[in-house]
Amino acid sequence: MLTFTIRRLLLAIPTLLFISLVIFLLVDFAPGSPMSQIPLTVPPEVRLRIIEAMGANEPILVRYLLWLKQFFYVEPLVLIDSLFGTSHAEGMQRIVSWQSRSPVMDIILERMPQTLTVVGSAYVIGVIIALPIGIYSAYRQYSWFDQVGTFISMIGFSVPTFFTGVVLILVFSVNLGWFPSIYDTSLRVTSWETFLLQAKQMAMPVAVLALYNASQISRYMRSSMLDNLGQDYVRTARAKGMAERIVVLKHVLRNSLIPVVTVIALGIPTIFGGAIITEQVFKVNGLGALLINAIQGSDLPMVQTLTFIFAVLIVLFNLIADVLYGMLDPRIRYD
Amino acid sequence: MADGAAPVLDVRGLKTVFRTRGGEVHAVNSVSFHLNPGELLGVVGESGSGKSVTMMSLIGLLPSPPADVRAGSVMLGNRDLLKISAEELRNVRGAKVGFVFQDPMTSLNPVFTVGNQIMEPLMRHMGMTKAQAQIRATELLALVGIPDAAARLKSYPHQFSGGMRQRVMIAIALACDPDVLIADEPTTALDVTIQAQILELVKDLRKKLGMAIVWITHDLGVIAGIADRVMVMYGGQVVEQAPVRALFSNPQHPYTRALLKTIPSLTGDRAARLQVIEGQPPILIGAPTACPFRARCPQAFARCESENPDRRSLDGRPVGQGHDVACHWSPRGAHA
Ligand SMILES: Nc1ncnc2c1ncn2[C@@H]1O[C@H](COP(=O)(O)OP(=O)(O)O)[C@@H](O)[C@H]1O
Ligand code: SF4
Ligand SMILES: [Mg+2]
Repeated sequence: MLTFTIRRLLLAIPTLLFISLVIFLLVDFAPGSPMSQIPLTVPPEVRLRIIEAMGANEPILVRYLLWLKQFFYVEPLVLIDSLFGTSHAEGMQRIVSWQSRSPVMDIILERMPQTLTVVGSAYVIGVIIALPIGIYSAYRQYSWFDQVGTFISMIGFSVPTFFTGVVLILVFSVNLGWFPSIYDTSLRVTSWETFLLQAKQMAMPVAVLALYNASQISRYMRSSMLDNLGQDYVRTARAKGMAERIVVLKHVLRNSLIPVVTVIALGIPTIFGGAIITEQVFKVNGLGALLINAIQGSDLPMVQTLTFIFAVLIVLFNLIADVLYGMLDPRIRYD
Repeated sequence: MADGAAPVLDVRGLKTVFRTRGGEVHAVNSVSFHLNPGELLGVVGESGSGKSVTMMSLIGLLPSPPADVRAGSVMLGNRDLLKISAEELRNVRGAKVGFVFQDPMTSLNPVFTVGNQIMEPLMRHMGMTKAQAQIRATELLALVGIPDAAARLKSYPHQFSGGMRQRVMIAIALACDPDVLIADEPTTALDVTIQAQILELVKDLRKKLGMAIVWITHDLGVIAGIADRVMVMYGGQVVEQAPVRALFSNPQHPYTRALLKTIPSLTGDRAARLQVIEGQPPILIGAPTACPFRARCPQAFARCESENPDRRSLDGRPVGQGHDVACHWSPRGAHA
């Protein structure tokens, strides 16, 4: 398993390099230019100097190599510096946003908490709700519980989150006034009151995303349980006189979780990327919103860096899913 | 009782029905049999004749719905297994009655060690601690002929061959020293040499442990070698029952005779060596009102269409004790 993991990590390096090149080229070829952000009243020679200062006039290959160096060398050094108070990265050029002129990584780190609290907790809540529902629905297949669960998850699954989001805003913010419709990023939880405020403003975006996640994962859990409930080894466990609780929650569940855990792990990167629309709907000032703004403003370094980070996460969690699979299923031998 | 001791298992008038969309499938229709202490009862019949459903009905292993065990009694000692609670029945399963299934490749849980799976019933029924169960599990693996038993406890099922897995299944079934072992085609999925090894193992274990065995197979050749008594099933019914010698020397039911002809013979000419019974097994929708074998029976006559034959004795002993058959036709015409 260890050699497998190391081999896969090494293999990931060329994969990610290739992905970074593709992202860089695609983003660069996309229509829209950083110059469109500069007001037309600015004289041409000033424009030129601004562009030179941004490094935007360099050939694409030079910019790509510079970005590589900044991403893989300078930024880690900056991180080390900030962790240990050293100064290895002093004087080095970091990846800088064309829009705000501040380092891309700082902005990303600043936006990360919003996304993690809202989208991350929605994912965790979704998983926690989905597993028991999926297990029980399968065990009582075609019962009223299963039918209702199927119906709700069909809705949660097929109605887009921007629609459920808008409906929730209309009902609970506009009409009932229970929850704020705009997420206040500057809110700091320091007391019971601010905690309640935070809970209130998180309620709707979390509900929308949790419903979506729970629908998906409970379906996986249910069908995986159903696959296993009909297996011969379940009959063997019953023939041994084991209690139903043991039969279902030990024998069947342990087998059923193998594919579900994989799906859950693969879904984690979508926490960062997939919630773009929900963040827009609820005005959560997170990574999704950051990406959208950067695209609109042709902030190429920001778009390239964010997209590449998503790609790294996807590759990483693919690996984690494979490793988990190997740990949960003794039949899998990678080495 | 003809042979003195009371039977360990006495099944009377067992009826099991599956409720399906196409109607009620009468998979087991008034099946009666008993099992004496230490005896090996062979159950034969082609696929779909109701052998597995009968045995699973005894200990509540059929999913309900669709299965409905509708009538009869299953006396294990002095308790009727059809009347006791689900919890009491769980105390019987795996403790008093051990079950070995047909396919060893799928009957063990792939994600738990073999040791874990043998220890489960020991801790559940015998109240053993983990340490005690581990010692007993090692003994059991050694008993069923698995070398290096202590180390193999930590292996997973996929690390065993089919024959070895079936040995593990036998160890699980025998873990709590049951009165009755039900083996449902335990060798069908194995190749011939492994089949022979498993047969030898069971003969050997029977001598050592003395439990009574129900051995299900569709292979009369296997039965001849190990059974004391044989019960032939067809269409969810018992059509003939006899001590093993009597059945082979004097088969009465047209189906039994046909089955005997399907045993490959080394002496006959090529065509006669391997025969199959013409026709299809019956569809069991609805309660039977005629002989289930009539469509394929060379002896069928008018009465076979209108009346399902009861089992009748051929040797004056009570039905189930000696040689009995469920057929209207008789070679001497005496009972017809
Ligand atoms: N779940 C089920 N639903 C409907 N019919 C079933 C089911 N299980 C078994 N049967 C029917 O019961 C009959 C007996 O099956 P079985 O006992 O498995 O036969 P055998 O073990 O002798 O090969 C078959 O005709 C089969 O169609
Ligand atoms: S009862 Fe009739 S049809 Fe059935 S086996 Fe006997 S002779 Fe054949
Ligand atoms: Mg069967």
